[in-house]
Amino acid sequence: MATVTDAPPLAPAPAPKERPPRKRGRLTPYWLLLPGILWLVVFFALPMVYQASTSVQTGSLEDGYKVTWHFATYWDAVADYWPQFLRSIAYAGTATILCLLLGYPLAYLIAFRAGRWRNLILILVIAPFFTSFLIRTLAWKTILADSGPVVGALNTLHVLDVTSWLGVTAGDRVLATPLAVVCGLTYNFLPFMILPLYTSLERIDGRLHEAAGDLYARPFTTFRKVTFPLSMPGVVSGTLLTFIPASGDYVNADLLGSTDTRMVGNVIQTQFLRILDYPTAAALSFILMAGILAVVTLYIRKSGTEDLV
Amino acid sequence: MGLLRWFKRRLVVIAGLLTLGYLLLPNIVVTVFSFNNPKGRFNYEWQRFSTDAWTDPCGVADLCGSLSLSLQIAAWATLGATVLGTMIAFALVRYRFRARGAVNSLIFLPMAMPEVVMAASLLTLFLNLGAQLGFWTILIAHIMFCLSFVVTAVKARVMSMDPRLEQAAQDLYAGPLQTFLRVTLPIAAPGIAAGALLAFALSFDDFIITNFNAGSTVTFPMFVWGSAQRGTPVQINVIGTAMFLIAVLFVLAGMVISNRRNRQKA
Repeated sequence: MATVTDAPPLAPAPAPKERPPRKRGRLTPYWLLLPGILWLVVFFALPMVYQASTSVQTGSLEDGYKVTWHFATYWDAVADYWPQFLRSIAYAGTATILCLLLGYPLAYLIAFRAGRWRNLILILVIAPFFTSFLIRTLAWKTILADSGPVVGALNTLHVLDVTSWLGVTAGDRVLATPLAVVCGLTYNFLPFMILPLYTSLERIDGRLHEAAGDLYARPFTTFRKVTFPLSMPGVVSGTLLTFIPASGDYVNADLLGSTDTRMVGNVIQTQFLRILDYPTAAALSFILMAGILAVVTLYIRKSGTEDLV
Repeated sequence: MGLLRWFKRRLVVIAGLLTLGYLLLPNIVVTVFSFNNPKGRFNYEWQRFSTDAWTDPCGVADLCGSLSLSLQIAAWATLGATVLGTMIAFALVRYRFRARGAVNSLIFLPMAMPEVVMAASLLTLFLNLGAQLGFWTILIAHIMFCLSFVVTAVKARVMSMDPRLEQAAQDLYAGPLQTFLRVTLPIAAPGIAAGALLAFALSFDDFIITNFNAGSTVTFPMFVWGSAQRGTPVQINVIGTAMFLIAVLFVLAGMVISNRRNRQKA
């Protein structure tokens, strides 16, 4: 969401960095920061510490847990749940690529080709948010129903034969297969790809396209050499905003998938809320967090867009 | 050949509109199925047209209770996150202070963390403190994850603000408080409003963090989740459709008003 709300400056204002430091109220910034930062420290940072501590505890629900530096929990968690980890990466990765492929044309359309329809299309992209995402995900159960038109059409075109050969669907069904889960993930996080893409495309000066055309670049060359490189900040924040929530999601896998499509999120949820095995759940959650942080750091370093906030 | 060229020229438009269709299809299904009269407990297959659910939206036990609870939590979370977030945004843009990098990362990290991780770690905190899970734990969690989004929205607006406007106010003998209330705040208002709207939407629709920290309290998304297991009443679709329509009407009304204002100015 970083660049989504990051509206382009309305007027060419001079950078406020050069302002002289205020004489009075040297403590003012600290008072302004205090309540919000305290909130984040107590309810965001501190819980991470508690989680790390829980992950190395042993004991039982009845007798209570104690920190015993039992790192074996991590090994057991990885040994037991590596398929779910791999699946999370694969599903979230596929969904992110699909979001980019589907979202880019729409973002491009809104930014350059929509004319007076621009605002209306933007509203239509955002408006679905106001219907609870659980309700919209349940609607996919209707759309992909076994006797529904989508599955019927895919069957007639023998698409399902190919997909079940690839192992992403099973027989005549789409529901309760990896395809349904990826489809749901792609759908749910598509706006998080479109909005940052649109923001960065909209900032591109239209005259650059004209200049490329004047220099005899064909439309596709213009896109490859001018438009796409300039939209990289949007691509970076869009892929992060899609991949991160998708990798931890368990709603799509639960509603549209089966026991064979469980992701890490599903395991963490069941361990925490149903089996009540807190150390294992905390260890899994900690591994997921570390993995995501590593990905984010690497990604931002490599693409050089550090002004995501 | 002509057809192919026509198609080629409009490839982006066609692909974009197909994506838009993909985005809107579930909403269309939700709306159509709000007029369904399903046979069993689940509302996944079309049976016949009926307006029963629309005339009796609260006809299902606990549904409207959960809805009003979600609205209350969203309202308080929006208030909390907007006040705290706006203060942080002003501090970040307007002042120099120590540990700026740490503050920036602390605001960025909640947005770069899968929800399930925040949900699980917050639950370990509450369990360790022996806190009673319910309204207050949900509210605490919602303010926490909405805060960063408000900060980014307000920060963007305050950064694009011309500081000379405030200097002008001070040259005209306005005191610091007067300058803030009559110049700074009105200019920052759109950013604050955008942040508040985002916070409200995020809080109202949150499921994952709420699911971990709600105890036995049932918010609207929790109700929908439960009904996916027990049976989905048509009333869920009615509320989903109504929310969609209300949101679109609000936005359209806003657009008409701002258009009219711009025309008056011109």
